[in-house]
Amino acid sequence: MTVVAQTGAAGFLARYEGLKDHLPGARKPWLNALRADAAAHFAARGFPTRRVEQWKYTDLAPVAQASFAEPLTMVDGAIALPAANAPNRAVFVDGRFRADLSTLDGLAFRATGLAQHLGDAESHLGSLAKPEAEPLAALNTMLFEDGLLVDLPDGVDGGLLELVSVAVDPGRPFAFHPRHLVRLGEGARLTLIETATGGGACLHNPVFEIDVAERASLTHGRMLQEGSGAFHLSTIYARIAAEGTYDNFTVAAGPRLTRNEIHAALVGPRAACHMNGAQMAGEGQHVDTTTSLDHAAPDCASRQTYKTVLAGRSRGVFQGRIHVHRVAQKTDGYQMNQALLLSEEAEIDSKPQLEIYADDVKCSHGATVGALDPDSLFYLRARGIPEAQARTMLVEAFLHEAVDTVTDETLRGALTRALDAWWSRQAAAA
Amino acid sequence: MLKIEGLTAEIDGKEILKGIDLEVPTGQVHAIMGPNGSGKSTLSYVLSGRDGYEVTGGSATLNGLDILAMEPEERAAAGLFLAFQYPVELPGVGNATFLRTALNAVRKGRGENELDAMQFLKLARERMKALSMSDEMLKRGVNVGFSGGEKKRNEILQMALLQPSMAILDETDSGLDIDALKIVADGVNAMRGPGFSALVITHYQRLLDYIVPDRVHVLIGGRIVKSGGPELAQELEAQGYGAVQAAA
Repeated sequence: MTVVAQTGAAGFLARYEGLKDHLPGARKPWLNALRADAAAHFAARGFPTRRVEQWKYTDLAPVAQASFAEPLTMVDGAIALPAANAPNRAVFVDGRFRADLSTLDGLAFRATGLAQHLGDAESHLGSLAKPEAEPLAALNTMLFEDGLLVDLPDGVDGGLLELVSVAVDPGRPFAFHPRHLVRLGEGARLTLIETATGGGACLHNPVFEIDVAERASLTHGRMLQEGSGAFHLSTIYARIAAEGTYDNFTVAAGPRLTRNEIHAALVGPRAACHMNGAQMAGEGQHVDTTTSLDHAAPDCASRQTYKTVLAGRSRGVFQGRIHVHRVAQKTDGYQMNQALLLSEEAEIDSKPQLEIYADDVKCSHGATVGALDPDSLFYLRARGIPEAQARTMLVEAFLHEAVDTVTDETLRGALTRALDAWWSRQAAAA
Repeated sequence: MLKIEGLTAEIDGKEILKGIDLEVPTGQVHAIMGPNGSGKSTLSYVLSGRDGYEVTGGSATLNGLDILAMEPEERAAAGLFLAFQYPVELPGVGNATFLRTALNAVRKGRGENELDAMQFLKLARERMKALSMSDEMLKRGVNVGFSGGEKKRNEILQMALLQPSMAILDETDSGLDIDALKIVADGVNAMRGPGFSALVITHYQRLLDYIVPDRVHVLIGGRIVKSGGPELAQELEAQGYGAVQAAA
């Protein structure tokens, strides 16, 4: 048999056709229907092009034109895991849950691999993701093999949980599409610390479906740090019920192309959502944060603060949409994005988008773009601090503001180290 | 000793300093007075190495070293200190981190050992006490949320920590009430001694009641038009710059 490597969307569709009877959950009609529906959407639309409004500033052509293999079925040998931030962690290698590398004993809630527990996921899987609207979610739904399943019963304080994703470089481009399901029952609490690392030309295309029940609180810290050959395209869907909170802090630094897309919906009164992050890019890299926030209930609050630092020939994108529905009176929405350009060749595209249909709301947004302030730099140097060190102090100060509001010290420490590590690499390369 | 000879400098092609000759011997405090736009701040920036000022002629040496050829941080290590007229705010840079980094950079430049966090804190608290500053100001961002007086005291604290041999105080009195002015002046006077010189740039005579200079120079139109003893400051206060300018 001759295998013709197909590229882009056709390649993924061919893989789905070939694998669909063998994918996890292939004997479950509801899941087959979900996958078939997603495949139809993906077949119809393929990878989004820049003609699509939401992808105007981020070109997926390098992904669409590449040919990605499946990850190896079994990765042998030692896996280099990032340093642990918490005692409990779920480890995924090339998108597959590795119980042997994970430490999840003695938890007061369930945290495990999705592939083995698909029977319990019917009500959750696909309840928030929109394959009809987001082609990457369609691709994920069509081909996901595994993911993290977290289910906190009412009132449980889950403490810290780590989600570690490691991509092992097989020496050729490969793709994986984990589906992560996180559900917090009423009044439950969890801090989820996610780290994505690994090398090679991988396409990591995770989709999260996050369901936060009434009075529950999820803090989700993310460190997207794959190597410079990687494509990281993640889509998060979060639904936050009355008085619930979803806080997302993302540090995106490393991959060739990163898209951090978040869709959050505040669906009950007095729910809150904070989305903060720092995204950095150096020579030849592209980072994109795209958020979409639905205020669909009254008295909800949302805060977004994003920082972008660009060096070399790089590009950054921030798109932030806030949709305040007619019922969402007394909405308090705030969005700020600030970019620091360290080179003449760097470019930032910033697009806030407020759609307000209620009449009694407080919504504001702002954007700033600039270089390092020469007066600040001179002040530090006049105090004897060498220029390179002065630049480091100012860049780190700019970035650290993005994580200032993280109350959990473990998470703040991890995020800060990720920020500083990026700058150290960048400063060393310059 | 600071020695300036025939110094000329311009900004965007416009000549601001038109030939400054000035010597501040070691151990002395000199004042430079002058009206707005006379070149006072330009002189302080040229000496400390700010970008955007082009030296077109002349020289400036500190203890025999050609400071104009140095980077700003090298000038600081060589013993030069500029107390800014408008200290910048640095959100996200902790004041304690900033002060310790600056102190250790300068110590390193001078071939001295660096201080660890404990040694630094002990020293900083001691110096802050003398300036009536609360420890809490170490925890804030550099100058962030500081009042005008607190910013100026923070400048003097930096001077007290870095122990320069030559300090330039650029309108340090602006924005200070009388109590803050006394604290700042005490801070400067405490530094006075055989190893310390200062150039006090001011618009008004008031500061010079508290920091009594050895010499006063009048800068008008980019030149020093008159020099004299401390009594010259009172003369200027009584008669204004116009009289000096007319006589010059």
